[in-house]
Amino acid sequence: MSSLEIIIFIPFLAALAIWLGAPARLTAVVASTVNLLWVIVLAVRFPAFKSATDLAFVNKHVVLDNPAIAFAVGADGVSMIMALLTVLVTFAAIWQIVDKPSMYHISSLLISGGALGAFLCTDLFFIYAFHEVALIPTFLMIAIHGRAEKEQRLAVAWKTTIYLGAGSLVLLAGLVWAVIEFSGGGKLTFDLVALRAQAASSPLPAAAQAPLFFLLLVGFGTLVSLFPFHSWAAPAYATAPTPVAMLHSGVLKKFGLYGLFRIALPLLPSGAQVPWVQQALLLMLLGNILVVGLVTLHQKRLDDMLANSSVMHMGYLFLGLAAGTEIAVKGSMLLMFAHGVSIALLFAICGRMRNQLGTLEMAKLGGIGSHAPFLTVVFAFGAFASIGLPGLANFAGEVMIFMGAFANGNSSSTLIPAQGLTALHWTVILALWGVVISAVYMLRGYRAIFQGTPQTGLFMSDPASGQWLPLVLLAAVLLAVGCFPSLLLDLIQAPLVPGAIP
Amino acid sequence: MSVFNLEALLALLGLFVLLLEAFVPSVSSKALAGICMAGVAGVLVLLVTVAGGQDALPAFIGAYHQLDTLAIFYKAFALVITFLVLWLTLEAAPYLSKFTLDGKLGEMFSLPLFVCVGMMWMASAKDLVTVFVSLELVTVSFYVLVAYTRKSALALEAGVKYLILGALSTGVLVFGVAWVYGATGALSFEGITKAVQVGGVNKTALLFGVSFLLAGLGFKVAAVPFQMWVPDVYQGASTPTTVFLSVGSKAAGFAVLTRVIDALTVSGSMVRQEVITVLSIAGAVTVVVGSLPALFQTNVKRLLAYSSISHAGFLLLALAARDSVRVDLAPGGTVAFYLATYLPMTVLGFAALIQMRLNGRGEELDDFKGLAQKSPTLAFLITLAFASLAGLPLTAGFFGKMWVMLGLVDQQLWFALVCAIIGAAAGFYYYFRVILAMFTPEESTEPVRMGALARGVCVVLGCTIIVLGVYPKPLQMLLAKVPVAGKNATGH
Repeated sequence: MSSLEIIIFIPFLAALAIWLGAPARLTAVVASTVNLLWVIVLAVRFPAFKSATDLAFVNKHVVLDNPAIAFAVGADGVSMIMALLTVLVTFAAIWQIVDKPSMYHISSLLISGGALGAFLCTDLFFIYAFHEVALIPTFLMIAIHGRAEKEQRLAVAWKTTIYLGAGSLVLLAGLVWAVIEFSGGGKLTFDLVALRAQAASSPLPAAAQAPLFFLLLVGFGTLVSLFPFHSWAAPAYATAPTPVAMLHSGVLKKFGLYGLFRIALPLLPSGAQVPWVQQALLLMLLGNILVVGLVTLHQKRLDDMLANSSVMHMGYLFLGLAAGTEIAVKGSMLLMFAHGVSIALLFAICGRMRNQLGTLEMAKLGGIGSHAPFLTVVFAFGAFASIGLPGLANFAGEVMIFMGAFANGNSSSTLIPAQGLTALHWTVILALWGVVISAVYMLRGYRAIFQGTPQTGLFMSDPASGQWLPLVLLAAVLLAVGCFPSLLLDLIQAPLVPGAIP
Repeated sequence: MSVFNLEALLALLGLFVLLLEAFVPSVSSKALAGICMAGVAGVLVLLVTVAGGQDALPAFIGAYHQLDTLAIFYKAFALVITFLVLWLTLEAAPYLSKFTLDGKLGEMFSLPLFVCVGMMWMASAKDLVTVFVSLELVTVSFYVLVAYTRKSALALEAGVKYLILGALSTGVLVFGVAWVYGATGALSFEGITKAVQVGGVNKTALLFGVSFLLAGLGFKVAAVPFQMWVPDVYQGASTPTTVFLSVGSKAAGFAVLTRVIDALTVSGSMVRQEVITVLSIAGAVTVVVGSLPALFQTNVKRLLAYSSISHAGFLLLALAARDSVRVDLAPGGTVAFYLATYLPMTVLGFAALIQMRLNGRGEELDDFKGLAQKSPTLAFLITLAFASLAGLPLTAGFFGKMWVMLGLVDQQLWFALVCAIIGAAAGFYYYFRVILAMFTPEESTEPVRMGALARGVCVVLGCTIIVLGVYPKPLQMLLAKVPVAGKNATGH
């Protein structure tokens, strides 16, 4: 039994124990702490354990022979980073649950276990399956414990269900197609390692890669709120209970990107570079950055603003995908982690504020900084990270993406032939304005809420001792990774893009 | 001992129970159910033990009756579902008996045995006449079963609808059989296979007959546009009968369809392309049309009826993509696999409805509210059943749907694939509504109780759903041996 299997099953077993009557908070906190420490230990020992195939801690139980499906676990550098993100956010999300029904703990654990399974399995069937498992508690929590009137939260839950359900079925069709395409004539196999090897040894012609890549882009993209399939995401995060908002926007949503970067890209390396796919992708990601960015500017409530900003920032990650250079893809991995940590931090604070203040209308808030200096500082960490301030984790990722994308612009297709700039160049230039937009809404929100004169009747206190731990942890990670991105990037040693422009 | 005697054995048992019930009024329904269930279980054991090395069939019967793996699978399937239906009848007896004329359930125990005999015989049918006769045995028994709880107005309505449409579809079927016979000069599947390969057959006449044949069978498996009767009949009939219709009758219909389609689409067949096109369109439309009304249902039993139509669509698509041999399943194997996964989840879903009734609750969505507090076990099992019906991975329902999708991609039936995706996505909505209702907290917390037997059987069904979803290898290996019937037929 591999350590990874135990890590995956700890949250499920803990959830089962709570369902059967174990004390909810104790069990959940113990499980998430054990997982956090264990994954950190594994990440530290990871380089020493890597095998020839760049996978560590592999193990495999065969489920079917043809098509070959196995419960196969194994971690490469990227899945190690994603696992770290998962356990970190899980720990914070569970720790900050206070005085809630045990369903909160069970759901958080199930989402966490599903995400870990999706990131640590190397078999397409189980990757897909674990992600689906994590979606069910998300729906239930939004529908039952969501923070809106019953009619409204049900509508949000159904919208999320239908978008994500349809998205994952499109994804399933894409995965099945990929399996048929890359099994190499013989037995079908869902083994991602084998499929990657086959794609590397006998790749499809670029034109043939395009439709499959596009199908996977729509499938995975819907899960990551790619414009124009994004309209479920903002209301879902604004409505979801805090731990679910943290876990879904921070971790589970990254599954779609993980799939695009680790399944679609290695199998179809030229897929995103085929002109029509690239142009479509560039338009969609500009939709994320600019259209959703402008929508975010107009939000009046903190939770709506954070939710929309989370959708908007996905655009940068899709830019990394469209660029397809090694440095941009590596930057995307870093940004996935950084965005997950920063958005979880912001949602955690947002949840506290909602509980204490009862309103998140930015116009009605103000001067919280004078009552709650600690929260103010931590929120600033999250907000500045989210803008992309140097020294915090998101910055390194964004810079790598922009540089990688601009570098590859030279070889990309020319959509608007003006002054030698290609479509990719123009997109980078336009996307950079997203940073400005982020700065405007984040700083404006920060000023409206934390600075100025305190509003009468609204009192916000710093968390009691013990409750600050998850916030400090997340902020510290943002700072550490921001100053030393190599902490994470060194985990990735094999090239991420087959035959990429370095 | 030859396997075909099993049907005779079961028919005798049915007659015995029928007479026992008529002449010994004091015998309790528990005893009747016990006898029937023991008999069915015994026959199942005999089938499994004898199936491997049965004697050659006597000549007079061999012309009409075959015993390939497919036949044995569907025989076992019929026995299992009959057993479960008998158990459900016993379980539901306390409230069902209020709706019968004499307050007893007598024939509700013997009639399923006759249905089972019909389904078993149908599984072995080698020609269209045998199909017709056994199908009639099944259908006529169902006419009685559907209307048995006749103090209920809904059941009467269901009975009349089923009778009229059943009779009509029988007529259509016979008409089709006659035309196929007229065109090919053969009634046996083997003969039809040869005739469509050789040529010299009037193609128009054959297609005319085939369309009526498929329409007749379409009624039985509830394919669009012959699905109109399903929601009313499923809702009106007593729940055990609904299960029987939804699982047993459908499986028997698909057993026959598999053989008919195998004969008609054998390589070199003159109607091959037409039949595949019809199947893929019918399947695609069935999936979508079956799913859409389900979106608006608030009655769970009716919802399951629409779900049953949608699943029939997936099964038709499995038949349409039957040329795909990428998975280790024979063409008929995909259908059989799907049905084998369909059985536990559907039975569990309906068993839950019976438990709700026994606890004085109805079958509306609102009756499921707060079930997670009142009976966590039952709520968990229902969640499992509905997640599986929706086709979530790690439950039984997923692999069936995935094999269908795999076949559709492999055969490049894109229209059907899109419809399958739409239907399955709609499924997320209407199945999750039930799950959501159960987990929604409710003020009143009077507990929902389950009997020990009910709990045991439901847990077994739930475990089956998980095992088939996580480790489907044994089932797949069993069905990998199902011979390609075309090959089988031409091999003789």
